[in-house]
Amino acid sequence: MADLSKNDEAVAAAVEAPVGRGEPILQVRNLKKHFPLTQGIVFKKQVGAVKAVDGVSFDLYQGETLGIVGESGCGKSTVAKLLMNLESATAGEVFYKGQDITKLSGRALKAVRRNIQMVFQDPYTSLNPRMTVGDIIGEPFDIHPEVAPKGDRRRKVQELLDVVGLNPEYINRYPHQFSGGQRQRIGIARGLALNPEIIICDEPVSALDVSVQAQVINLMGKLQDEFNLSYLFIAHDLSIGRHISDRVGVMYLGKMAEIGTDEQIYEHPTHPYTQALLSAVPVPDPEARAHRERIILTGDVPSPANPPSGCSFRTRCWKAQEKCSQETPLLAIPQRFDGLDTPAAHLSACHFAEEKQVVPVH
Amino acid sequence: MPDQPEPLESYEEGRAIAPTGAGGASDLATAEGETLEQSPSAASGGRAPGGPLGTGTDKKPRSLWSDAWRDLRRNPIFIISSLVILFLVVISIWPQLIASGDPLDCDLSKAQEGSQPGHPFGFNGQGCDVYTRTVYGARTSVTVGVLATLGVAVLGSILGGLAGFFGGAWDGVLSRITDVFFAIPVVLGGLVLLSVVTSSTVWPVIGFMVLLGWPQLSRIARGSVITAKQNDYVQAARALGASNSRMMLRHITPNAIAPVIVVATIALGTYIALEATLSYLGVGLKPPTVSWGIDISSASQYIRNAPHMLLWPAGALAITVLAFIMLGDAVRDALDPKLR
Repeated sequence: MADLSKNDEAVAAAVEAPVGRGEPILQVRNLKKHFPLTQGIVFKKQVGAVKAVDGVSFDLYQGETLGIVGESGCGKSTVAKLLMNLESATAGEVFYKGQDITKLSGRALKAVRRNIQMVFQDPYTSLNPRMTVGDIIGEPFDIHPEVAPKGDRRRKVQELLDVVGLNPEYINRYPHQFSGGQRQRIGIARGLALNPEIIICDEPVSALDVSVQAQVINLMGKLQDEFNLSYLFIAHDLSIGRHISDRVGVMYLGKMAEIGTDEQIYEHPTHPYTQALLSAVPVPDPEARAHRERIILTGDVPSPANPPSGCSFRTRCWKAQEKCSQETPLLAIPQRFDGLDTPAAHLSACHFAEEKQVVPVH
Repeated sequence: MPDQPEPLESYEEGRAIAPTGAGGASDLATAEGETLEQSPSAASGGRAPGGPLGTGTDKKPRSLWSDAWRDLRRNPIFIISSLVILFLVVISIWPQLIASGDPLDCDLSKAQEGSQPGHPFGFNGQGCDVYTRTVYGARTSVTVGVLATLGVAVLGSILGGLAGFFGGAWDGVLSRITDVFFAIPVVLGGLVLLSVVTSSTVWPVIGFMVLLGWPQLSRIARGSVITAKQNDYVQAARALGASNSRMMLRHITPNAIAPVIVVATIALGTYIALEATLSYLGVGLKPPTVSWGIDISSASQYIRNAPHMLLWPAGALAITVLAFIMLGDAVRDALDPKLR
């Protein structure tokens, strides 16, 4: 327990310092989601838990984009669902403007939901095939009637269509009459309808064609400037993560491995997992490709139902020593960089954090 | 980063990201994206919008149900089937409109005789006029079929739908209850339950069919609700703060109802036939009630001597079932915008 509170303090102390964008709009503290594993049909007995998210802390500031990257199954999407209150957290807090939203329900939760919206991963399942575009984008106004008076809604929906770059005349069409990129624009328009402050994007472009990815990402950047939105942007594509993010957090097995500005993470990673991840990014330039070092990790990601003791990455880490299996590394500025004015001085959950040259991605 | 390879610099100039490193392709994508973003203003300037379906010409907001109704009105299958059903309903209420005789006025000397002037369908084994009996039989058969189907569909889809939506203990209990009902053989259950009922109206028969029929529909409804519930658009509605009733009515029901409609319309024919079986066993409707089921079961032993006795009521039954299946099909298609 001492470990945890120490970790919290360290995180709180460290996240406040570097960005300097004023008050964080969303503060996540030691968020956990454990899915119970049960046995038996009638009398269910809990035999364990899948620790999908196991103590994640970060801050999101007004107007910034925080990217969350990590491989499949590391808990990125569960974090998004927890922030949206689509899943209930096992432990931990999410403060929106100082109010813990994980404990809210009913009217208070509905009020918070106006300000936190989500763009989903798959534009093919996130739009109801039996509703017209007008109904889909207008639904937020039906649920929160105080946002737009009834007579005004159709015009508002058309404005939103225009904002996301779709023809406002398409209002009576059905989702199947649109392409993937256009559908994702509809999803974005729905997210914007209530004029939220935070939009949580759960891999919003990973289901799209590469050329369309760029369109949608650029649109999201444009909208961020226009409406002063804060994005929590979940991606498994590191290049996209870097393109859109101001700060990036790297997740591994339900924990935050490293978090910092995009330059700190992409050019000066100190966590071995981040270094391995970055070394796997395809490099388009053949000359640069010849010079770079690929870090090949051995083994598989351990099961989140039975994570390793100490550092969760130690089973695949080339630096792992005895200490790693005994002490869980805290997400903090590594001691050797503490107080130094170097980009490597950012939060990294590793006992042996050090810089290692990996080819940066742009 | 002085040792950074030279060519990588160029990517910074392109505003677009280069997810796979193809700089040229993503620049193109940006250009495309911008044209797309500009297109609305161009469109509102003059270009008549509207795609292959001619949408956008009318300014009225549309919804699934209004679109479905527009679609149905132009669907010949819907028109034909609803005319047949309307006709059946009319002759169920006023059979004397097209049959002047009395279905119970029989003359044994004419038993099993074929078509004659004034008696186009011939006579049955008791010497009753088959035409008059077929017309009068519509009332009981349509009542039993339609009411049993409606009862089964409403009860089954509500219970199954709620179980699928809420899951948990409620779902577990309901699923075990359905298992119990599935274990009851229909004919045996009918013999036991209906033999203690003395009423000679259609209601005990309808009640029995609903009692034994709802588990089938409830399973189907439960399954399709669970499928629909997992879609992201339900999560999206929840994230917007939608209430449970809104999610069920606006998102889940329209997307889960198709299998229920199909199974229910097919079951309608089964119920009319089941009524015949029960009547044949002496626990369903009792004479002097006139029904297609009774006539079909009593004529079935004479099919080689006098097939007309069987074919006319059986044909009426087939047309009725077909009309309902076609109606269900048309409604199901109209509720799927992809098929439009």
